Amino acid sequence: MLSCKEVTHLLSEAQDRKLTLSEKMHLEMHLAMCKGCSNFKGQMKFLREACLRYVKARSNGDE
Amino acid sequence: MNAGVNLLTNDGYLEEIRRDMIKFAHLQLRDEAQAEDVVQEALVAALGNTREFAGRSALKTWIFAILKNKIVDLIRLQARTTNVSALSAEEESMDQAFESLFKSNAHWTPGARPNNWGDPEESLREQGFWEVFDACLKHLPENTARVFMMREFLEFETAEVCQALSLTTSNCNVILHRARNGLRRCLESNWFSAGEQPC
Repeated sequence: MLSCKEVTHLLSEAQDRKLTLSEKMHLEMHLAMCKGCSNFKGQMKFLREACLRYVKARSNGDE
Repeated sequence: MNAGVNLLTNDGYLEEIRRDMIKFAHLQLRDEAQAEDVVQEALVAALGNTREFAGRSALKTWIFAILKNKIVDLIRLQARTTNVSALSAEEESMDQAFESLFKSNAHWTPGARPNNWGDPEESLREQGFWEVFDACLKHLPENTARVFMMREFLEFETAEVCQALSLTTSNCNVILHRARNGLRRCLESNWFSAGEQPC
């Protein structure tokens, strides 16, 4: 069983590479019963989106 | 003269785009003089290589693409003389702060459990959010910020970032994790729960 700390590392790496099937399964099992890590996952997704918008807002002439 | 040159030789437009470019470059390079130099170079390169542009939007996107490349060239050059993986005191204290979020069994302490941020769209629409986001980015230690921004702002693959900065993959992962956790904690305490009573 993965610890929350390990899960945060996997969730960060998931932003950079494709996780292996076994990593994904362990991750999903943990997320299914851990609210804190599910929220962490949502926050990683949010950060990616925020960075994309940040760059877009600066490099587009439409603003 | 084509439309691109016309726009670039228009003082008002040039000043506006230059300001945005310097802000963007400064965030990544953390050095005023370097940011100005790199923007200068990008603008000169843009003028020396003009094409037809349908409008301001396409021109700005294109100039920013040139700027991103110039920033990366500079970062590559600097990486030869700096050790990006060396930990500063700031980075060490971020790692300690991260460790303190967990109990001895490596699960969240009750107070540190990440919160649900609700509908992200709502935050992304608010000007106040972007001010906090900006401040949180500037608050990241230099090397940590550099790796994170190459990945997220210059949109490089992680392998390319590691290679450009002479980092091992695991080192890169550690740095990106540190940056993401630092940013999320900064946003959580300064935006998402600002004004809320601690429970």
